[in-house]
Amino acid sequence: MKARFPITKPTWPNNVPRPNPKRNVGLDYDTAWARRYPARLARAIFTDFISAPLVDLVAPTTIVGADALSRLEGPVIFAANHNSHADTAVLLKAIPQHLRHKVVVAAASDFFFDSTTKATVMSLILGAIPIERSKVNRRSAETALQLLDEGWSVIIYPEGGRSPDGWMHDFKGGAAYLSVRAGAPVVPVFIDGTDKVLPKSRVEPGVAPGGSGSEDRLGAKLRRHPVSVTFGRPLRPSEDTDARRFGGVIEDAVAQLGREVASDYYQARRHVEPSLTYGPPAAAWRRAWARPPAIKVSERVPRDSWPTTRF
Amino acid sequence: MSPRPGFVLEVDRSTPPTLLWHGEAFKLQKLPLGTRVVYAPEPFAALEDPESAIRAALENPEGDQKPLSALLHADMKLTICFDDISLPLPPMAAPDVRQMVIEAVLDQAAEAGVDDVVLIAALALHRRMTEPELRHALGNRVYDAFAPFGKLLQHDAEDPDNLLYIGKTDHGEDVEINKRAAESDLLVYVNINLVSMDGGHKSVATGLASYKSLRHHHNPKTMRHSKSFMDAPASELHSANWRMGRLIKESGVNIFQIETTLNTDTFPENFKFLQKREWEWNLRDRITFAGASKALDAAPHKMARNILQGIKSPHALRTVHAGEVEAVHQKIVAEVWEQQGVAVEGQTDIVTMGLPYICPYNVNSIMNPILVACLGLGYFFNSYRGAPVVRKGGVAILFHPTRPEFHPGHHPSYIDFFEQVLPETTDPTVMHEQFEEAYATDPWYIHLYRTGHAYHGVHPFYMWYWISHALEHLDKVIIVGGDPATVRRLGFHPATTLDDALEIAKDTVGPSPTITHLHTPPLLMADVTP
Repeated sequence: MKARFPITKPTWPNNVPRPNPKRNVGLDYDTAWARRYPARLARAIFTDFISAPLVDLVAPTTIVGADALSRLEGPVIFAANHNSHADTAVLLKAIPQHLRHKVVVAAASDFFFDSTTKATVMSLILGAIPIERSKVNRRSAETALQLLDEGWSVIIYPEGGRSPDGWMHDFKGGAAYLSVRAGAPVVPVFIDGTDKVLPKSRVEPGVAPGGSGSEDRLGAKLRRHPVSVTFGRPLRPSEDTDARRFGGVIEDAVAQLGREVASDYYQARRHVEPSLTYGPPAAAWRRAWARPPAIKVSERVPRDSWPTTRF
Repeated sequence: MSPRPGFVLEVDRSTPPTLLWHGEAFKLQKLPLGTRVVYAPEPFAALEDPESAIRAALENPEGDQKPLSALLHADMKLTICFDDISLPLPPMAAPDVRQMVIEAVLDQAAEAGVDDVVLIAALALHRRMTEPELRHALGNRVYDAFAPFGKLLQHDAEDPDNLLYIGKTDHGEDVEINKRAAESDLLVYVNINLVSMDGGHKSVATGLASYKSLRHHHNPKTMRHSKSFMDAPASELHSANWRMGRLIKESGVNIFQIETTLNTDTFPENFKFLQKREWEWNLRDRITFAGASKALDAAPHKMARNILQGIKSPHALRTVHAGEVEAVHQKIVAEVWEQQGVAVEGQTDIVTMGLPYICPYNVNSIMNPILVACLGLGYFFNSYRGAPVVRKGGVAILFHPTRPEFHPGHHPSYIDFFEQVLPETTDPTVMHEQFEEAYATDPWYIHLYRTGHAYHGVHPFYMWYWISHALEHLDKVIIVGGDPATVRRLGFHPATTLDDALEIAKDTVGPSPTITHLHTPPLLMADVTP
């Protein structure tokens, strides 16, 4: 007997127009598959057993300040300076185990997602998601916010691309915006030395802009060089934090880490918890209302215990 | 990208089989060639920042009402009422929209230093909500701030000490509502407008009313003249509520109405195929359908019911307005129609509909046969504006197992209604005259309503009155796959298959009838041009 729907594909009604085929590159690339368990397992194996030993071999890494993350639960936003394509592999190795395997990397849609093959590989091995690098794009932001909401941490390079000269450049507002919107803490990170390991490929001398050899590419030479990854204290936005101002705070924090790396100096920031001892002198509901919400919320409705009557 | 609007598909040879709900199961059904299938519009996008939208609505009221912050002061009496378990359907995943709105209101009340605040679930004659249900609707934070101090109440339509008689409308209708709400300096009502019938003056005039007040519009005459409930100007039910609501306002009750629409994103990711058009099902949808339908068919139906009742809908806040009742409601109704309206040209001889496992009165409960009739002929039949999708003298074909099962805790009077009233008569007017009073005043039903989790004794009558318009309009009602004895007890015709049903309908509509199928849920409203 001939198989029919739903075993086979459904037929398309003649009187319903077919939509245009969906474009599946760039910002339109759907990375949801890369966050399902089979892909996560493959990525975890790649990160821990292939990428990490390679990083040890090529870029022996000194990790500073990871203790500040030991009690931090996800989701968090890692905001790092960006010098090299090697940054992500180095950073993924440095991120503590309890956060490492539920993290996505915001990657430039015009570079990492310009072909289906490249997009698939990047999504699989890095957990990359496509973002608009030049500005806060609404769709990119929505995707990132949704992922934060689902408990995924996000690695962002707020400079919008690799530094062309090794110096840190002005930060764009994406990390601050996401943090303020999602209420997720930002962990400032300073990565040093990766530009020596895998430098940004230079434009070949004498090639006109747009010509062959003028484009950025992944194929630069690897060189062995020590690197360091320095984590700062998490920065938490409050309800009334202005995203633009918070972007400046993040940039200052990363810059300060850079100075600390240079001078071997690290200063912890003090985090003051609000007092929970006294409530407002008011009605019971207002005293209860002034307390922070409980962390665990049980949403389960208990099983119905009434018997069923049947005639 | 804006969502695709609803549309009407004419079945031809290329059309794949259509998904049909059948109680706690669903199946694919090949519909006759030429059948019109009405598909709901796709869900609108959720609000990006619902908290800010709610705060903005509270501070920018509609109509002749001040911003909420200007109405709050320290020594006032504030009552916040909210819709009960019957909305939304299925229950929405946390946080519930009631929680979001009430938290925003309480934040302002706390800032203004209001100490005397009471929350009331506007039950009308519905069953009292359980603690987990209240916690789900309000959130733990609100529940724990009020319930332990006796400040979270559920409206009791049978408590003479807590009811206040407001007066009579110019049509002689008694208006009696919750005393605490009526005597407050400010009554804030939080609505979920799932369909266009919800909200407006109906919120307070029905949700907080007594039986004495409700009986003026919950009766066969009013219901027969509501064509339909979803189209307020053509609904006598709404006219009565509006008269009552205006009297309540004239009596000095200051109401700050908050109405919300949710998008029609009805099913969670694993059941998404239930709201997709069949020809767009991908491999995952087909596998999920095959697995879920086989599992639900194989499972004992109590287990299947528990699985489906466990579904929490991803409904999201779409719009919110606050302020004066009528101004707010006018905007919200337009937004509900924008989300659910589908233009349908002309009527057909037959309407078919697959009935799902849930209706407003069996959340966490059992869909008994009276509720089956109410869902199909009360709600789905009435989901129109202009004219019903089926012509007068036509036939309705429903798909549902219609088992003679009842929840004795929630629906005790339904059991007696099924055993004592339906064998005597299925005519709403006759049962209204001969049986209603005895059920409405029965002390045992009143006791169960007030102290347990039972619907009021009169509630099954109201459900039957709800189908009055359909019973008057239709010549025949056929239930496919229903328990034959139960279906006959309801006064309908049982059929085994759709082909059987069409054969039964033949003597009414002829051998080549025109057919409209309502592909719902997700909810849709047919905007019918006769």
